[in-house]
Amino acid sequence: MADEHDDKVARDIAPPSPGRRQFLKGVGIAGAGAAVADQLLLRPHEQAVAAEPPQTLSAATTEVTLQINNQKRKAMVEPRTTLLNAMRNHVEPPVTGPKLVCDQGTCGACTVLLDGKPVYSCLVLAVDAMNKPVTTVEGLGTPDKMNAVQAAFVEKDALMCGFCTPGFVTTISAYLKKNPNPSLDEVREACKGNFCRCGTYPKVFEAALAAAKGTGRNGARAELMNHREAAESEA
Amino acid sequence: MKAFEWSNPTNITEAVKLLQTAAQGADPDEAPRPMAGGQDLLTTNKHYITRPTRIVNLKGIRGLDRIEGNAKRGLKIGALATLTQIEENEEVRRSFPGLAEAALSVATPQIRNLGTIGGNLCQRPRCWYYRLEDVICLKKGGSQCYAATGENKYNAILGGGPSFIVHPSDLAPILLALNASVAVTGPSGNRQIALEKFFTLPSEGNLRRENVLQNGEVITEIQVPSSRMAARSTYLKFKERSSLDFALSAVAAAVEVGTDGVVKQARIVLGGVAPVPWRAPEAEAFLTGKKLDANILAEAAKLALRGAQPLEKNAYKVPLTQTLVRRALAKVGNVATA
Repeated sequence: MADEHDDKVARDIAPPSPGRRQFLKGVGIAGAGAAVADQLLLRPHEQAVAAEPPQTLSAATTEVTLQINNQKRKAMVEPRTTLLNAMRNHVEPPVTGPKLVCDQGTCGACTVLLDGKPVYSCLVLAVDAMNKPVTTVEGLGTPDKMNAVQAAFVEKDALMCGFCTPGFVTTISAYLKKNPNPSLDEVREACKGNFCRCGTYPKVFEAALAAAKGTGRNGARAELMNHREAAESEA
Repeated sequence: MKAFEWSNPTNITEAVKLLQTAAQGADPDEAPRPMAGGQDLLTTNKHYITRPTRIVNLKGIRGLDRIEGNAKRGLKIGALATLTQIEENEEVRRSFPGLAEAALSVATPQIRNLGTIGGNLCQRPRCWYYRLEDVICLKKGGSQCYAATGENKYNAILGGGPSFIVHPSDLAPILLALNASVAVTGPSGNRQIALEKFFTLPSEGNLRRENVLQNGEVITEIQVPSSRMAARSTYLKFKERSSLDFALSAVAAAVEVGTDGVVKQARIVLGGVAPVPWRAPEAEAFLTGKKLDANILAEAAKLALRGAQPLEKNAYKVPLTQTLVRRALAKVGNVATA
């Protein structure tokens, strides 16, 4: 499954300590009886666990509690599991607003708010997000009670395929809290970490400015219209 | 990414110990790694470029993200201060404008919200051969730098060989221009390293690293001394697109200009063109004692690129960087340009 590609391939299941891997090989070569091998296999593992320093998680799966949209959500994850993967594949029911696209922090489709700030959830480990509030597009509003940005996206038809939309809505919602009266240029700057391959940027920016209008100035929209007219006359 | 152990120390001594006690791995890229924002480390992990046995999270260590000081005392920036914190800090913007510009030029708002100053200095190269999982190039223990004769549009024109990576950090050139140093804690205690001596060329020895940090060492603080040049500092970065991108070329410049308009001291450091942030001492010496005008800027720009040896596909970086040097000097020297 595409969503699992940060956990890909069986080569990863090798234990973290090369000592144990060598030990397993050794057992194989010696051809010890199964019962003996079982016993032996248990011991180094136990030792490894006991030897683990405090505040350290082994590479194995553990249960973490995430705070997603004001709800405590339990997930079984490994330290290497990203927050994005945990939300989409390891909590039940899953949180699928954040989308997996590039998985390397360049497209913005997985944007969530961590402690209120936009971040790429594909570049955050789930174990690192414990005890920090995570807000996804689902947490910003519901279809019946949308936030200003969500409503403006609907009103301005600010999407084509819609795959980048949750990321844009999340980014813009956080930005308008920080700067309720943005100019068009400021909105563009704030959106530089979100890509739309359908090219709906003008509508996205229009929606952002419309959402801001409730609290802010009307000039920005005029600015956008001027910008558009200028672009059209250039064309 | 490869499975790893995850440690959450609450102080730096513990962090160093946790880096030492983990399995060290057979390859340098399997060594346990400290993690700050993780914005580069997780991408190299995802491509199996780094495969650390243990990641030691530094975010639980209190006080590592502080920004202290001012123009008179200089700055002390905790290694975990995020790029957003730096870019938004009033004192940095006012008294060290080049540093604020450099922080703002990095990647995207999302990455700047987590990415830190310490992590920015320790980023791994962006060369696409290096970043390609299936390619084992010189930097990854292989026998060949594929960029030397391959697609080398983005590679080094200065200081290259045997590897032709460019250093990706935007903060390194400006911090070097401002005489910054880093405080490091490691197994054998603390040490202070001038940034001038922090980055290493591939030809200087260890091809698997880009700096002098040893396994188990962690940057704790970046110190920027007070300087008469800081107020007139800038960072110009040229990218292929205006959103998320690394520099094709970048210039950090800082000058002190007397009341008579004569340059008392100057610093020029180039980014995106060499395996380390590349200082241009000849150009700096040339500028000292001169009144800046368009001709002087043009001459300084030529000197800054002296010795450049472009590869097959990156000769464009020479005039591009010269232009950036001129623009940066014009900006900090208040010189009108045609």
